[in-house]
Amino acid sequence: MRFLLVEDNTDLAQSVQTRLSMDGHGVDWAPTLQSAEDHLGSATYDLILLDIMLPDGDGRDFLAAHRRAKRDTPVIVMTARSAVTDRVALLDSGADDYVTKPFDFAELEARVRAVLRRRSGVAQTTRSYADLVFDPLSATVVVNGDARELRNRELRLFEVLLSAPDRIFSKAQLCDRLFSYAETVTDNAIEVYVGRLRRKLDGSRARIETVRGVGYRLTQT
Amino acid sequence: MRNPAITAVLSGLLICWAAMVAAFEIEEDTLFAGTGTGGELRILSTTDTGIFAPLLRAFQATRPDVSIRYTVASSQEVYRALYDEGAGYDLAISSAMDLQMKLANDGFAQPFRGAAGFDWPAWAHWQDRLFAFAQEPVVLIVSRAGLGDLPLPRTRQDLISLMRDYPDVFTGRIGTYDPTLSGAGYLFATQDARQSDTFWRLAEVMGGMHPRLYSASGAMIADLQAGELVMAYNVLGSYAEARLDADAGDVIVALEDFTLTLLRTALIPQQAPSPELGAAFLGFMLSPAGQQIIETQTGLPAIDESALAAGPHLRPIRLGPGLLVFVDPLKRERFLEEWRAAVQQPSDQP
Amino acid sequence: MSSARATSPSIRQRLVLQLVVVAALLSGLLYLSVRTVADAAVETTQDSILGAATTTIADELRGGEDGIEVDIPYTAFSMLGAIGQDRVFYRIMVGNQTVTGYDDLPAPDGTASGLEPRYYSRPFRDVDLRIAAVSRTVLVQGRAVEAVIIVGQTRQGQAAIVANMANRAAALGLGFFVVATLLSILTAGTVLRPINRLAEAVGRRGPQDLRPIHRDAPRELAPFVTALNGFITRLGGALSRTETFIAEAAHHIRTPLATVRAQAEIALRQTNDDATRTALRSVVRAVDASARSAGQLLDHATVVYRTDQRTDERLDLGALTRDIARAFEPTADLREIVIALDVPVDPVQVTGDRLLLESALRNLVDNAIKYADPETQVDIALKLGDGRAEILVCDRGRGLSGVQAQALTKRFQRGENVGDVVGSGLGLTIVNEVAQAAGGSFDIVNRKGGGACATLQLPLS
Repeated sequence: MRFLLVEDNTDLAQSVQTRLSMDGHGVDWAPTLQSAEDHLGSATYDLILLDIMLPDGDGRDFLAAHRRAKRDTPVIVMTARSAVTDRVALLDSGADDYVTKPFDFAELEARVRAVLRRRSGVAQTTRSYADLVFDPLSATVVVNGDARELRNRELRLFEVLLSAPDRIFSKAQLCDRLFSYAETVTDNAIEVYVGRLRRKLDGSRARIETVRGVGYRLTQT
Repeated sequence: MRNPAITAVLSGLLICWAAMVAAFEIEEDTLFAGTGTGGELRILSTTDTGIFAPLLRAFQATRPDVSIRYTVASSQEVYRALYDEGAGYDLAISSAMDLQMKLANDGFAQPFRGAAGFDWPAWAHWQDRLFAFAQEPVVLIVSRAGLGDLPLPRTRQDLISLMRDYPDVFTGRIGTYDPTLSGAGYLFATQDARQSDTFWRLAEVMGGMHPRLYSASGAMIADLQAGELVMAYNVLGSYAEARLDADAGDVIVALEDFTLTLLRTALIPQQAPSPELGAAFLGFMLSPAGQQIIETQTGLPAIDESALAAGPHLRPIRLGPGLLVFVDPLKRERFLEEWRAAVQQPSDQP
Repeated sequence: MSSARATSPSIRQRLVLQLVVVAALLSGLLYLSVRTVADAAVETTQDSILGAATTTIADELRGGEDGIEVDIPYTAFSMLGAIGQDRVFYRIMVGNQTVTGYDDLPAPDGTASGLEPRYYSRPFRDVDLRIAAVSRTVLVQGRAVEAVIIVGQTRQGQAAIVANMANRAAALGLGFFVVATLLSILTAGTVLRPINRLAEAVGRRGPQDLRPIHRDAPRELAPFVTALNGFITRLGGALSRTETFIAEAAHHIRTPLATVRAQAEIALRQTNDDATRTALRSVVRAVDASARSAGQLLDHATVVYRTDQRTDERLDLGALTRDIARAFEPTADLREIVIALDVPVDPVQVTGDRLLLESALRNLVDNAIKYADPETQVDIALKLGDGRAEILVCDRGRGLSGVQAQALTKRFQRGENVGDVVGSGLGLTIVNEVAQAAGGSFDIVNRKGGGACATLQLPLS
């Protein structure tokens, strides 16, 4: 997916850019509202990540102008403010959702997915691997015409493995992606979800391979 | 006496001059004995005991424990007893309004505390010290027989004309008070003189008739009844009413130009030994019950405002400082001198 | 609010008191002046009569060869009875000799010269007398002799008249005072009405209403209104500056935190060293904890502020519940927790402050998702009954572990079994305070079969 990140803080912007590109997303960075307008004029984005406080104006004004111009690119606002007082105002001014800084990228992704799912007319996001077709928005894998719905952690696990087929991911790396940092889980907890995902991929040429003592990888036969 | 029963309650008629502490002359001294525990009410009065007895007995009926000593004296003596001698009486009753007024004015009367209880007409009292309890007209009495065919005089003017026109009928047969001797006579004369100038003409004409002079109304009435007088001028109406016999042709005339109305007054002397008894009796006299007894049993007319309203010729003698003028010795001297000059004409002098 | 400032007497009381005091002074003054004037008038009247009586006697003095002749006219004394029933005393002197009357009646000091009567007051016997004295020179045997006529009168009649007038003056004064007092109260009410109206207008305003006051006020109140408007403007400015400051502060703190967290996540993805990973996890957890605590503190402050100054409106509790449940779905989904909603389709009308209720609901749902076991269901139900709406939020998780609900709703009080979950202990406090402000109640109990069930009751409008 292609994101437009509107954020004036260079460090944060670069971190977000790096982090999202790790998951295979393309991110353009606009440090000001003006440059955001320039980017929007020259490219099409699946989603805009918008900061509120920007050097050349208020993100909410940009949002309002964005909606007045009938542009339907979904917007998720990144706010530093208190959740209670701002939520109503932000949603009223046309934001599709919001995350409060500092945010969990897993949650951000979940929200992005939820927003895009709600929106119709979003560009096809399906990906193919071996003989299966994967649609992360609707969380389905289609194996030989048989659509199978993935649960959240199965989806996230499959996304991780699919982001780099044949690469071996350690149990710890996978845990990081599936569980929040607040949760204490053993590395073995991942085995449950690997087992479930394998069952969903049954009958496909794609399969999850256990590399003893190292981790797992997605391969095809 | 109108009431023969009076003798029954008359426990004693004491005329003992020597026994009396006072140097003033008294005429009667009567004790109405009570059960004795309530003390003695001492009344000094100018009104005859016989006339006043029913009232005294009625009061005693309400206060049987009180004994009443009722002393009668002339009005001058009543005045003198209190003013000069400080005699100890609980109530002073007199027909001499001027002298009573003088006593009250000069501080010889106590205030009557019970006065607030009575709605007494303003003209019938002075302050809360002097109270009128009876009003009576001062009248002319005429013997019909003595007058013959002559018309009854209705005014003083008529009287003057009659005497001028028929001196033979009236000469030596007209009676009136001697103001030099009688307090009441002096009061009537001075008030007559104050009311109208006609008085002095009447006095002169009367003087020409050689009038007979009296010191009391009773004697005048008696002489008229005896046929010695044709007319008596300035007689107390209550006495005339009580004693004259209409069948005998004796007539009482209230002169229409004006008829003086005398107020009998009572006061509680300053030096009263039992002022509360005096006040009790005074209150009884002024009460409706007392007034009723005065009207019906003593023959004295009770205080009656409507009677005055009905008779426009009736002139009550005003209680007030004006009365003091005639008590002044110089004034009195001067008045009596004038009177004598008018009535006792030189030709009469022996 | 108002009870705290009942220390100084109200303007109304002061105004009424001052007007009443003025009325009392005027009434007293009225009484005194009427009395004084009446006293003087009656005395003058009686003096003239007394003087006339004395002069009348003096006019009757006649000289002659035999001495002085006096003929006191009846009218001289009778006129003294005109006003009341006063006692009369007189004395006529020639030289030092009393010709007639009361020889102890006090003579005037010095010589009673002139034709006009001299007046003086003296005690005589048992009474006080007002006395008039006139002197006349008469010829006796060709010699000029001075005669003095003294007439005295008690003043009981005058005293009675003055007392009568004093009573009327007192009644007049009292009546004036009563009327003036009533008018004072009325006046105070009228004068203060604009102030009260202004106060009501300001008092009716909501917490966010910082518009200037445009209300017709009396000219005298214009400076106050101007000052108040100036103050409102400054307050608005201060509030907006404060808000801006807080926003900027939050922005400047949370943005670096967000950077730290992002960098830590990136680093976690790139390292396989266990020690480093543990350290990085701690960093992420610390960032989350501090951000969450700061957020809840701000929320709590907002709730407390809005509890005092809330703007009540009618809102649909069902729609609100659905909204919030939907907002939490992505969060729940991360732990494969399903949110099951049981909310009536028809609107559920309650009256309350939107932000407060929303804050309470968010905390309840957030709590349930946070403490629920993964891959379980959180049940959110809205039930109606007995004039109340009841929101139930139930989870399958570790439950309360013996801590009472009352204890959990205290500030910074957390359950005993939650050390591994990021939280500040303010969440349920916020819910409880909102419930009480809205006239409702809050309770949380262990759920049969594991987990907790929170109940928020609110009165229906």
